[in-house]
Amino acid sequence: MQRHSGVVGDFVAVTEKAPGSAKPDPILIADQITRNFGGLTAVSVAHLEIQRGSITALIGPNGAGKTTFFNLLTGFDSPNSGSWSFNGKVLNGIPPHKVARLGMVRTFQLTKALYRLTVLENMALGARGQKGESVLRSLLPWIWKAQEREIEQKAIAILANFKLIDKKDDFAAALSGGQRKLLEMARALMVEPEMVMLDEPMAGVNPALKQSLLEHIKELRNEGKTVLFVEHDMDMVREISDWVVVMSQGEVIAEGTPESVMKNEQVIEAYLGAHHNINLSAEGDS
Amino acid sequence: MDFLFITQQTLSATIGVNTIIFALAAIGLNMHFGYTGLLNFGQAGFLAIGAYSVAVPVISFGLSLWLAFLIGIFNSILFALILGIPTLRLRADYLAIVTIAAAEIVRQIARSATFNSSLGGSDGITGKFGKDFFDLNHFKSGVDTPILRFNANDLWVVITGWLLVALIVFLMWIMVNSPWGRLMRAIREDEDAVRSLGKNVYLYKMQSLIIGGVIGACGGFVYALSRQSVQPDNYGTALTFFAYTVLILGGAARVFSPVIGAMIFWFLIVFIEQLLRQGVSNDLIPDWLIGANQVSQIRFMLMGLGLMLLMIFRPQGIFGDKKELALDAKA
Repeated sequence: MQRHSGVVGDFVAVTEKAPGSAKPDPILIADQITRNFGGLTAVSVAHLEIQRGSITALIGPNGAGKTTFFNLLTGFDSPNSGSWSFNGKVLNGIPPHKVARLGMVRTFQLTKALYRLTVLENMALGARGQKGESVLRSLLPWIWKAQEREIEQKAIAILANFKLIDKKDDFAAALSGGQRKLLEMARALMVEPEMVMLDEPMAGVNPALKQSLLEHIKELRNEGKTVLFVEHDMDMVREISDWVVVMSQGEVIAEGTPESVMKNEQVIEAYLGAHHNINLSAEGDS
Repeated sequence: MDFLFITQQTLSATIGVNTIIFALAAIGLNMHFGYTGLLNFGQAGFLAIGAYSVAVPVISFGLSLWLAFLIGIFNSILFALILGIPTLRLRADYLAIVTIAAAEIVRQIARSATFNSSLGGSDGITGKFGKDFFDLNHFKSGVDTPILRFNANDLWVVITGWLLVALIVFLMWIMVNSPWGRLMRAIREDEDAVRSLGKNVYLYKMQSLIIGGVIGACGGFVYALSRQSVQPDNYGTALTFFAYTVLILGGAARVFSPVIGAMIFWFLIVFIEQLLRQGVSNDLIPDWLIGANQVSQIRFMLMGLGLMLLMIFRPQGIFGDKKELALDAKA
């Protein structure tokens, strides 16, 4: 199996299948992260490491704190306590746009396609270091025209790969839900991230597009990028993830390969409730 | 009915001083609201700051008018910073509340008794502060043709004013079609998405607020110079809402729409007014229906009715794209 070869395969073999286990080459390390909303503790992660170059799935029942944890890691929300680092750089207090520039780019659960921009404009927006984005240089088109053409070429290449090329001059609002998910992922790639954080990439995507999305995510790993994604679709988790982290009630309750976590008692309990094996019918053993 | 007089008055107003003032106010709003999605309800404050900044330094402190223009630009940037620093991190509706209040604060300070000696209190400032500007006017007489009529000073204001509008529209056109403009429109659509792509949204919103504010202050310059007087109550919330009317009339997020919107706005107001006045004074409209001193209220009622019809039948404005407007539903 492809995913169990090379560096990634080694990591799966040598890593202990327990919450907070150490990875051989972590790209992201989180420590004692808590986030309270009033009296409710939404996230309370003691320790988590994400292996570089792997596809890691973050799963858990509704309300487990997955998206909140995502927001914290990417700077869209601030934790009440704890620290985390990306590539060895501590990210506490770093605003989201700087997190993205460091190479950790996210997508959103509710797709944020920029509706009244064309697909190509959506893409071009993602490119880094654009000279024409400075207010004064925007008035001097000859300074940025050449770079703009390069960006366009790059965007067209990615759009072709994502099969959105025919839509490049359409408004993003004209795309289907699944195509918007694809666009959002393609746009994130324009930032040239080292790590891609996908919040429910499969939500609302039809089965035909699902397969192509899966291929794109695998391709990211093949290019050496790290992928962390939140997902409810267990088929997808089983098919592409090297490693699975399970959250419940804000805490990481299990880690391991897809096969190992799905057999884990605590995980089953978290999903189905503690008393799932007790017969609840009034007639007793009838 | 003197139709020639109606035509002359209407056409003169269509390209007149007020059209220039409202066009500049609305171009600034177009930057804020049309391109960046900032709900600025305090544009009148920027105009007030522009107007007072040309009058006060010259009259109260004896400075040159040219220096006063620079002071006006500096003050409007400062006002944008004061407004933006606390509010641009918050949701859009907070900006609306803060800006509407800030513009009222500006007006109340301007008309307060405390600063009577320098700002002129509720009477404002009247005086020849525009002398340096009108000294450059080489038109010894105005124009008086059957279709257009301006006195010499107004002619000079109209010519320089339209040159200023043309320059600003040209610069806007380059800017909104650059990657910078794309970034602004992206912020209007969804700022979190823009943040996630590594762009400093706060900085860009501040740039938008400053640029639109400075353009609004230019409208204030024209307002003050054309009348050689500044009245605080001219810069109330009504001015802001008329500027929005102009913008929506033309269609938001189109470079030319504020200019065309302002022309239509003043065309309609003056045309309706003149028509009613002529009708009343020639007894074509009976006294029990509209009296002579009700005309100026009724023109706004009819204007309002016209706007309602526009919103029902052409919600995208004159230049807008109906398909694009429909996308706003975020389906």
